[in-house]
Formats: sequence, structure tokens, C-alpha cells
Amino acid sequence: MYTKKTFLHILLFISAILTLAPFVWMLSASFMYDGHASVYPPRFIPDQFTLIQYKNLLARLNLARNFFNSLFLALSVSLISLLFNSMAAFAFAKYRFKWKDKIFNTLLASMIIPAQITMLPLFLMLRYMGLVNTYFAIIIPGMANIFGIFLIRQYAQSIPDSLIEAARIDGASEFQIFKEIFLPLIVPILVTLALFTFLGTWNDFLWPLIVLNNDSMYTLPVALANLMGEHTKDPELMMAGSVITILPVVFVFLFLQRYYISGIMLGSIKE
Amino acid sequence: MVRLFTRDSAAFVFLAPALSAIFVFFFIPVFASFLIGFTDLDIYALGDLSKVRFVGIENYARLLKDPLFWQALFNTFYFVIVAAPLSIAVSLGAALALNSKLAMFKPIFRLTFFMPVVTTLVAIAIVWRFIYHPNFGVINYFLGLIGLHPIDWLGDPNWAMPAIILMAVWKNFGYNMIIFIAGLQSIPEYLYEAAVIEGANGWQQFKSVTLPMLAPTTLFVSIITMIGFFQLFAEPYIMTQGGPLNKTLSIVLYMYNEGFRWWNMGYSAAIAFVLFFIIFTGTIVQLKLQNKG
Repeated sequence: MYTKKTFLHILLFISAILTLAPFVWMLSASFMYDGHASVYPPRFIPDQFTLIQYKNLLARLNLARNFFNSLFLALSVSLISLLFNSMAAFAFAKYRFKWKDKIFNTLLASMIIPAQITMLPLFLMLRYMGLVNTYFAIIIPGMANIFGIFLIRQYAQSIPDSLIEAARIDGASEFQIFKEIFLPLIVPILVTLALFTFLGTWNDFLWPLIVLNNDSMYTLPVALANLMGEHTKDPELMMAGSVITILPVVFVFLFLQRYYISGIMLGSIKE
Repeated sequence: MVRLFTRDSAAFVFLAPALSAIFVFFFIPVFASFLIGFTDLDIYALGDLSKVRFVGIENYARLLKDPLFWQALFNTFYFVIVAAPLSIAVSLGAALALNSKLAMFKPIFRLTFFMPVVTTLVAIAIVWRFIYHPNFGVINYFLGLIGLHPIDWLGDPNWAMPAIILMAVWKNFGYNMIIFIAGLQSIPEYLYEAAVIEGANGWQQFKSVTLPMLAPTTLFVSIITMIGFFQLFAEPYIMTQGGPLNKTLSIVLYMYNEGFRWWNMGYSAAIAFVLFFIIFTGTIVQLKLQNKG
């Protein structure tokens, strides 16, 4: 029994080290002077600790602006989509109306359509509206999404109809019911969805790469990819850029991980 | 209290913002993309839309004769067929280990294995680009320690795709692991007790209790992993630009290059629809296989 237990833990520890190793190396190299990460054998600890790479990124290369873009866009998309998605989910969960099931099933089925299909016409639409290379180019397509509606509706099914009926008898308007009864009851799933959306928008690459086209509008991933083209031989600088990009999402995740994990599980429950 | 709207119209008001956004910015583009796939829309036609010609299935016919497209198709299938089962197997292994009654520090391990999933793919791909460096990369250093020759991971046409697969497995296995853990926890304990009474060993329990009970979870995991992996883009974009010798050019990367680099939009839309067709077929096939089995 003990040997089995020891073996299991050795396996777990090795896997954990392998999983963390790229992060450790990234962090370590980001604190090195130019050229100090390009040595053989590789250094896992900086020989001389420095913040010069971070200073260069923020001062000379203006990554602070990209950081702001990423943060602003991730927050805006999260807030707006949370509102739109929860309103729609409220209707699907708590109202009876014509074609309700038909509409909902059509939405569910279309989740299989890959987003890449929409990108070209969406780009042309935004270009026609003069919105390419503005924040709207990211916010507008992110205003509502089918997965979000599905997730909230799934969660909201457990809210008893009697609660809503009682509020109606007390004379509450439909909007008051949404605001004062429905929303407070679905807070946990709203946190989950906000987290999904925030991380998804922060990490997104292809769409921002298409619609944002200068340094001051880039989000962090696009700025980083662009920087990579010029600094292929500067691992220290690129690692500092990666740390700046990754650190916020890691922190957000660490604080809210239980919402994230419960969301994955809820999302994987089929009807 | 004056009611702003009746109950029926209330549903409509609540639905309107999300549904109109999804209709205008998702369904219309899908339909438009389908149409564009039958035209020769390109950068010259953008300025003067009257120059756009309807070309029927010409784009699709051209795809069939385009060696680069076949290469992208082959590469993407290579990636999906190797990386998806591998990543699912690692996920299941990690889930089994963390679900074991013997395991300690479960939350910490779970968190560690999950970490790569939430991190930014572009940043990760940049980190791995240096980890795969032929001279100074950590991986070649360890290969050297056990007496193996260094490999030019991203520069060698035969190794570039395996290198991307390895990174993708590392990045993604934590997600499916969580779903598998949930699936494992929903298997009733008495099934294992019954198996033990009948004298089943660990492997037999796994084969005749765990795997069959986990089948719906595995189906779900396979489908979402397949859908996600068919959309391979950022890894080759950052790490190899589709090279060497186009050996890591994926369908989405080819679509991006044609549509947004060379502005061959009709052609690019056709590529996007082939991707959709593949994903759709793959999903149907998996559902059918599952129902038979």
C-alpha cells in the first residue's frame, strides 16, 4: 500500500514540476540582463538580478498602453455581455413565449459554427462603419454570446417560479423582478461567466490581430506577437513581456478559481 | 405601480439586445461568409463593390487543386489526430491520479495542472519558442544530459509539428482533467465494491467500471477537444509562421493568410467553410460512433 502511495506521489510531483517549469524559466529569464538567458547550460536562476527588461518594456516600448487596452477591453466586454446574456437567459428560463424552444435550440446548435467563419464579413462590416482599429471592433462582436446565455439559463432553471410569481402578486414590474430577484440569485454564475469572458477576451489573439492595427491600439497578446518579430534574439525582454501578459490572468484565476472550475462542470452538463 | 410592459412583451424586451447582437454580428456574417465564398472578392473589389463577380464553386474547385491547402489540411489532421487523443489520455491519467483515495494535496496539484489552461496562449507560445531553442533551449539541454543529440525542434520539418503538439498537450490537459474528475466522482461507489467482490483487480475495474461509466464524459471531452484543436492558429503563427516547408501551416493560419494578408477574401471564406464542414462532420461522426458502441 505504501509503495503504491509513494509511487503515485512521485508521479504527481514530477508532473507538477514539468507543468510549472516553463513558468519558472519564464519568470527567471525575465529578471536577467540581455544575453544572460542565451547560454549553455541554461540558467534557471538569474546570475545578476535586474528589472531592466520591465523598465524597457514599460518606458521604451510603451507596453503600459497595451496593458491598459487589454484591461479596458476585457472589463468592458465582460460587463456588457454579462448584462445582455443574463437578460436573455432570464427570458429563456422564466418566460413562456412563442418559438421559445425553437429559438433556444437554434442558438445551441449554432455553437458548433467556428467563429473564424464570421471574421471576414464582420471585419468588412466594421470597416464600413469606420470602427476598425477602435475599441468598438472588439466590444461589438463580444456584446452577447450563446455560451453565456446557455450557462446562465442552465443555472437559473433551479430558481423556483413561485418566487417570481410572488413578486408579481406584490406588484413588482418585470424589470424589478429581473433586477431585484433574478440577478441576486444568479450571482455565482455571473462571477463564473465574468471570469470566463474576462480571461477569454484578455487571451484572445486572432480577432484583435485582425481588427487592431497600430501599436497604441494593440492588446497585450498582439503587441507581444509583434514585438517577437523584432526581438527574436532577446529572450529576456520577451519573457518579461510574457510575465506582464500572464500575471494578471493568473492572479484573477487564483482568486476566483472555484467559480471557474464550477463553471466548467456546469458547462459540461448536457440537457 | 405602472407596468412598463406586459409579461409577453417583457420577454421580448429582455431577449432583444442579446438576440439582435447575435443575429447581426454572428448569423448575418455566417451567411455573408457563405456568399462571399462564391465570389472573387479581393482588395481591388473592396473599393468598388460593382467589380465583385459571382464565380460559383470556382473557389472550392481551386482549393481542390491547391497543394498548399492540402498541406494545411494534412497538417491540421496530423495535429488533431495525434494531439487530441494524447491530451485526453493525459487528462484522464491526471484525473485518475487526483481522484485516487491515496492522493494528498489534491487542491494544490489540481491548481498546478490547471494553470497552463488560463494563461495567454501567445505568451506561452513565445516562452516555448525559447524552450525549444536549438542551442540554448532547456529541452535540448535535458536531452543532452541523457546522452541524446540536440534537435532543431521548430526548424526541422519533421519535428516542428511534434513540438507544437507537445506544447498543446501541456497547455490544455488541465481543462479536460477537471471534467474527468467530475465524471469520476459521479460513478457510484457500490459499482467498485461489487467489482471487488467478484475479484476484479485494478485494471479490470478500470476497464469494466470506470471506462464504461465515463463514456458520456469522454464523448463530450473528445468533441470539445476536437473542435478546439481544429482551430489551431496562434501556436504556428508565433512559433513557426507555418514553416519549416509549410509543415505547420494550419487551416486557420492559411485562411488568415489568404484573407487578411493577401486579401483574397472569396478564397479565404471558402477555406473557412471547409473548416466548418470538417468540424461539423467530425462531431456527427463521434456522436454516431458513440450511439453504436
